[in-house]
Amino acid sequence: MEIYQVSVFVENKSGKLADITDVLSENGINIRALCIADTADFGILRLIVEDPHKTEKILMDNGFTVTLTKVIGARISDTPGGLSTVLRILSDAGIGIEYLYAFIEKTADRASVILRVDDDVKAETVLLDKGVELIDGDAFHE
Amino acid sequence: MYYNKKIETMERGELKKLQAERLKKTVERVYNNVPLYRERFDEYGIKPEHIKTVDDLKNLPFTYKTDLRDTYPYGLFAAPMDEVVRIHASSGTTGKQTVVGYTKNDIDVWAECVARSMVSVGGTDKDIVHVSYGYGLFTGGLGIHDGATKLGAAVVPVSTGNTARQINIFKDFGSTILCCTPSYAMYLAEAVKESGTSPEELKLRIGIFGAEPWTEEMRQEIEKGLGIKAYDIYGLSEVCGPGVACNCYMQNGLHVQEDHFIPEIIDPDTGEVLPEGESGELVFTCITKEALPLIRYRTRDISSLIYGKCECGRTTVRMTKPCGRTDDMLIIRGVNVFPSQVESVLLNIEGVSPHYHITVDRVNNLDTMEVAVEMSPSLFSDSVKVIQEKEKVIKQALLSTLNISVSVKLVGPKTISRSEGKASRVTDMRKNK
Repeated sequence: MEIYQVSVFVENKSGKLADITDVLSENGINIRALCIADTADFGILRLIVEDPHKTEKILMDNGFTVTLTKVIGARISDTPGGLSTVLRILSDAGIGIEYLYAFIEKTADRASVILRVDDDVKAETVLLDKGVELIDGDAFHE
Repeated sequence: MYYNKKIETMERGELKKLQAERLKKTVERVYNNVPLYRERFDEYGIKPEHIKTVDDLKNLPFTYKTDLRDTYPYGLFAAPMDEVVRIHASSGTTGKQTVVGYTKNDIDVWAECVARSMVSVGGTDKDIVHVSYGYGLFTGGLGIHDGATKLGAAVVPVSTGNTARQINIFKDFGSTILCCTPSYAMYLAEAVKESGTSPEELKLRIGIFGAEPWTEEMRQEIEKGLGIKAYDIYGLSEVCGPGVACNCYMQNGLHVQEDHFIPEIIDPDTGEVLPEGESGELVFTCITKEALPLIRYRTRDISSLIYGKCECGRTTVRMTKPCGRTDDMLIIRGVNVFPSQVESVLLNIEGVSPHYHITVDRVNNLDTMEVAVEMSPSLFSDSVKVIQEKEKVIKQALLSTLNISVSVKLVGPKTISRSEGKASRVTDMRKNK
């Protein structure tokens, strides 16, 4: 299953981010990974959650602007050079990265990286070719 | 269809004769009954007998809003209080409120103007008229109410507020004509959508909106959102209230009820009457009013006049949709900007919500203008780059229309306040500095 990231518009005002996490908390939604992109006047909160479709609906019903985007999850080793391996493969294949964020897993010496690229089909193919383990969406979206 | 075919399709020569007769009487009335007019006419060396035709109107002095304030509350009344049956007042947002009065006949004339307006957009005595203008001192509510009653329609006097109830009444009472401010119509359209109701489920077919300037783009948004035809009604309490002029079903200009009000377009700086078709400040002279017959009242609304016969068959002059008020005009770094221009630009960009707010400030002696626009699903993306590109499109479009660079601020959905009456779309911080 593919991984869908939930992106939420955050107005650059104190308390706005907490407004979003409050809604998630009240609805029992656990955040598996996140990152925030910020500009001078607004931010984008990007979330990986268990049920992205349900989360999208809950946030929209609460008046937030939300969009779902397909992203790629790759397993890397939690050692120096782990991230480099993956990035080099993509760069050699001429694939551009819009953004990425990484997190370490609770068990094992592994880390995961979430990648938003300009050509996700090609990215998946080259990563698999080079033996990189891709994360199945089900790992997050239970 | 006409409410008063004889007047609404009167040959123009005949209409001018009727206007001249009524103008003469009105000038006599104010000269004899209102000290301010007597003094001012004397100052100009004008006696009532000098006014013989409509063309003599241009020699008369103007009346300004400040004249109403200076003679607060009843100083300009030309009828004794035993003949006055109604008093309204303007909101007074820009100073002391202005008070206006009506005799029994004034109320009848006003109601007929509104009834004519309703018929000219296709209203009949079978309609259910939903009035969401505020009832009270504001002329919107009672003015439309009396006109719809005169027409014989069923009036639902909902007044403003309680949007959920408004929508229930649309559904349960089967309202067919909605009357309110365009900004409230926009808000209602949004609320209808949110309630999961499709416009087809409602019996609404006509909207008659006024009391604030609105753009052609806003009209299209409202028509789509409520599944109606939206028409413009014009009026101001000093002249009588809504019904001074109204669109006909052609939606091409607003027919002025010329047998009661004579319009002129002047250069707001020099006071000169401008040639037909030119845009300038709209001035009205009331020629049948008894309680408050204002002469050459400066409305500060910007419009132009079309004298050609309309395809609807009416011969009365049409005023173009007022594009703003001389006092709404913002001067930013020496450039004149109307909020309506900003609205036009925004609504022409796909996916931009019609709710916006303009903040003007002065930073290091330089005027700044920021337009807050609500983030909408079609503007949003997971990528900063994509959003910033869309922001740039808005900025560019504003720059090319306004000729000044404006900063755009994306704010959260529903964070710009919705208005139930007249929308307040501008905050000018320079006034406090």
